[in-house]
Amino acid sequence: MNKLMDWDDVGPLFRDGMSIMVGGFFAVGTPGGIVSLLARQGTRELTLIGNDTASPTTGVGPLISSGQVSKVIVSHIGTNPVTGRKMMDGEMEVELVPQGTLAERIRCGGSGLGGVLTPTGVGTVVEEGKTKLAVGGREYLLELPLRADVAILKASKADRAGNLVYERAARNFNPVMAFAADLVIAEVDELVETGSIDPDEVMTPAALVDRIVVSRKEA
Amino acid sequence: MDGKERIAHRVAQELKEGYVVNLGIGLPTLVPRFLPKDVHITLQSENGFLGMGALDGEPRPGEVNAGGQPCGLVPGAAVFDSVTSFALIRGGHVDVTVLGGLQVDEDGNLANWMVPGKMIPGMGGAMDLLAGAKKVIVAMEHCTKTGEPRLLERCDLPLTAKGRVSLVVTELAVFGISHGEFVLRELAPGVDLETLRRKTGARFLISESLCEMEAAL
Repeated sequence: MNKLMDWDDVGPLFRDGMSIMVGGFFAVGTPGGIVSLLARQGTRELTLIGNDTASPTTGVGPLISSGQVSKVIVSHIGTNPVTGRKMMDGEMEVELVPQGTLAERIRCGGSGLGGVLTPTGVGTVVEEGKTKLAVGGREYLLELPLRADVAILKASKADRAGNLVYERAARNFNPVMAFAADLVIAEVDELVETGSIDPDEVMTPAALVDRIVVSRKEA
Repeated sequence: MDGKERIAHRVAQELKEGYVVNLGIGLPTLVPRFLPKDVHITLQSENGFLGMGALDGEPRPGEVNAGGQPCGLVPGAAVFDSVTSFALIRGGHVDVTVLGGLQVDEDGNLANWMVPGKMIPGMGGAMDLLAGAKKVIVAMEHCTKTGEPRLLERCDLPLTAKGRVSLVVTELAVFGISHGEFVLRELAPGVDLETLRRKTGARFLISESLCEMEAAL
């Protein structure tokens, strides 16, 4: 199966109203080429799930600035004042989730689990509306799984089969998101022949990756 | 040494050889520069590192701290994804976290993530760090910019976590928190008890071993 795509074929994979998981931590590990493509083609009413909304001009920021996003599920928006303003003005819904809880909800969504019990957020506004359970004398919140229509990942290297390798802190949410979406697209800096990545070094197994697109070199 | 440096200097004395430590953004990031020379700690960073170090030479792709600033990795460092990073944090594998604060109260509650009516930055990893680190130290200035106490009987800002703070270091004093009470352990030079009481919004006990803050250095 050929997973490698031309950029011209990537755009039609997205539709208005989709939920999209986006790898990255303050834009490090965010697939910038795919975000730019979405901005250019104007896909709208998106729900974005990721760590943060970076800045107005980095990471997923441009999609928020252009009004293409109707909801974000993130742990942090403090570095993007546009997100804060749209939240205050009621133009965009913002669901704030503790970072570790976000990771675990995505893990549940991708690994067949019905939820996770975490002590994070007990006694705070995060517990509002959630089931609380005591286990071994400590209170936990039941946090439910998260999935998306599409996950867009950024890797430094892929082989043609789709095995991925990430670089340093660019790994962050990318590997767990690869489990939790119906369609998984990896934007990669370097494409190598299948077999040239040592199996011990694969960080995301090829079976999780549906499409590969190679980053355009910056001019 | 200004107030913030004095706080960072004092917090550094709490860190012991071999500790795994996560430092929040802002004031806590000053702590490593005051670490005693014979104490080696491992810095954990939410975005996926154990063994984070200072930037040494040119910035390298992907080597950034949880605030997005270029950093380095020390020999023996490890890199991992967010699931692993927060398993370390929640799972009690971080010995100490040092966080800034807006308010702390006598039940060890901390408020540091939002002020109603103002732009909300989001909690990021703070709630997980509070829930899971073995020891939580709050490093903050004793009063707000307008002179309001930050140590209170009851936080009135939304909490980041309930009952997890055990030590508070300010430029004026060091307080432990146990059994629902602040316990004054150290007082900065030149600060008298009356001044401290006026600037503190809760009653506090005085430790039998009360000493001068710098004396611990």
